[in-house]
Amino acid sequence: MACGLVIRKNQYYDSVFLMGISKRISAVEGVQQNAVLMGSDNNKKLLSNIGIHDTQIDTAQPNDLIVAVIAETPQIVNDVWDKLDEYLKGGVQSSSASRLRSFEDGLAKKPDANLVAISVPGEYAAREARKALESGLNVFLFSDNVSIDDELELKKLARKKNLLFMGPDCGSSLIGGVGIGFANGVRKGSIGVISASGSGLQEFTCQVHNAGFGISHAIGTGSHDLSDKIRGLTTLTALDALEADAQTKVITILSKPPGAETIAKLSERLKNCKKPVVGCFLGIKKEIEGGRSFQCARLIDDAVRLSIMQIDSTSFPAQLQFTMKELKRMSREMASWSTRQKYIRGLFAGGTFCYQSQQIFRDAGLPVYSNVPLDLKYKLADPDISTENTIVDMGDDHYTVGRPHPMIDGTMRKQRILVEGRDPQVAVLLLDFILGVNAAMDLVAEQLEAIVEAKQLAQKRGSTLTVVASVCGTDDDPQDLSLQTRMLKESGAIVFLSNAKAATFCCDLIKRRLERYDADHS
Amino acid sequence: MMPTTVDKLLHRPLIVICLGLKKFAESLEEQNVEVIQVDWVPPAGGDKAMADLLDQLL
Repeated sequence: MACGLVIRKNQYYDSVFLMGISKRISAVEGVQQNAVLMGSDNNKKLLSNIGIHDTQIDTAQPNDLIVAVIAETPQIVNDVWDKLDEYLKGGVQSSSASRLRSFEDGLAKKPDANLVAISVPGEYAAREARKALESGLNVFLFSDNVSIDDELELKKLARKKNLLFMGPDCGSSLIGGVGIGFANGVRKGSIGVISASGSGLQEFTCQVHNAGFGISHAIGTGSHDLSDKIRGLTTLTALDALEADAQTKVITILSKPPGAETIAKLSERLKNCKKPVVGCFLGIKKEIEGGRSFQCARLIDDAVRLSIMQIDSTSFPAQLQFTMKELKRMSREMASWSTRQKYIRGLFAGGTFCYQSQQIFRDAGLPVYSNVPLDLKYKLADPDISTENTIVDMGDDHYTVGRPHPMIDGTMRKQRILVEGRDPQVAVLLLDFILGVNAAMDLVAEQLEAIVEAKQLAQKRGSTLTVVASVCGTDDDPQDLSLQTRMLKESGAIVFLSNAKAATFCCDLIKRRLERYDADHS
Repeated sequence: MMPTTVDKLLHRPLIVICLGLKKFAESLEEQNVEVIQVDWVPPAGGDKAMADLLDQLL
C-alpha cells in the first residue's frame, strides 16, 4: 500500500467541484481511498478521522487545496499526481470566468439584486448571510453546519427587516416558478408552500404538478425552523407573505412535528389566517388546532389531495389505494420469495422519504430500524449494518461528510444495494430517486447495474428480490421523468410517483408476509 | 402602500447574487434568471480572527 499527499497553496475550489475530482480519482484502478478537500478546520478533522495525518495538513489554510491518496502501489499514486492538473483544469478555467470573490463584489455588480443564494462552507455562512440581510437582501442559505444560535440571530434580523431567510440547510425553494437549489419543473398555480424539508417540498410540488395543478411559491425554511429554539420565525414571515399574495389561494405547511411552545404560537396564527391552510407534520401523534380553515394531513399525499380540493372542489386526486394490477403484482412477488425472505431494506437519498416511510411502517405496527429512527429504541447500532426491517437515510452526515450527497452521486448507495442483495433474508428493497435541477442527470442509470445484480444474487439462491422505487419528478425535469421510470421498470422494479405509495406497497407486502408466516406456523 | 422587501422577492423578477457553488448559478441562468456568480474565497486568506477584525474596522 502507498500513500501520497499534495497541498496546493491558495487554490480554492467549491466542494461540489472537489467531490467531482474525488470521484474521478476513485475511478483510477488501484486507488483504495482518496480525499480532495480545502484545508478548513472541519476538513482537517475529517482527514484525521479517516486516518490521514501529516504535519503539512496541520499547517494548511482554508484557501489551500489538500489531495490525499491511498493506493495499491506508489506508481498508482504518481499516476494520480500526473493527472491532477488535468482534473483541476475545468475548475481553474471556470473560476477565471468570474473575478468576483466576495459578497461586496457581487452587490457592486448587481445593486438591484433581491436574493442572495449562499453555499459557502458552514463556518463562514452566517457571516455572509448577515452581510446580505444588513444590505436589505433576502437569503437562500444552502450551507449547513450553522449553529442554532447564529440561525436564531439571523432569523430575528430577517424578521425585523421583513426579509425572507430560507435556511440554513435549505435544499429547495420555488419562487415564482424558478427553482432554487434542488427543485423540479413545476407549473405556476395557486398553491403556496412553506416547507422545513427539501425533499418534502420537491415531493409535494411534483405531485401537485403531476395532478395538473400548480404552485405560486414554495418557500424552504430550513429544518429547525419550527423547533422551540427558532419558534417558526421564517414560517411566520412566509405565512404573512403567502396570505398577502393574490396568486396564492391555499397554503400548505410541511414539517416534522413542531416544538410544544411553537405549536401554541403557530395555532394562534393559523386561527387568524384569512386563507385555508393544510398542515402536514410528519410523525405527529396529536393533531394541531388551527381553527376552521385549517386541516391536518397525515402524509404528503394527503396534503396534496386536501390542498387541491381547496382550489377545485370537483377534483379528487387518487388516494393511497392500489389498482387491481398492483395488487396482483403484490401477490406475484410474494409467491416468488423463499421461506427465509421476510425483511425490507429501504435506502433513501431524501431524508423526508426515510422519515415518512418509517411513519407508514410504525402506523401499521411494524418495527423498523434506522440510522435516524422515529423512536430511539430502533436506532441502528451501526448505520452500515442493517438488522431485520431497516430504512436508512443515506443523506445523513454519516454518509455525506466529505462525500457527495446521494442526490448528486449514488456510489455509496450502489454499494449498499449489493450488501442488502447478498442477505438471503431480504425480501424487498425500497429506493427513492429525486429528479430536478442540480440533481445528477444519470441517477437511475448509475444504480441500475446494482439493482440488476442484487436481483441476480437472489435468483442464484432460487428466489426473487422485490425492488420498489419511488420517483420524485415531473415531465418538465431535465432528466425526463418517463425515461427514468421506464429504465427502472425494465430492470424489474415496481415504480410509483409517490414515496408514500411506494412505502405503503412495501408495508402491505411485509405485513402479508408476516401473516402468511404466522398462519403457516399456527 | 410601498411594497415590503419580501414582496419584492415574490412579485418581481428574481435577481440573484450566487455565493459559492457554480452549479446553482448555472441552473438559475438556465431558467433565464438574472444572476451573478461570485467565486467566493474565505476572507483574509482563511484567517477567521483576522476576518473578524477587518469586519470591525470596515
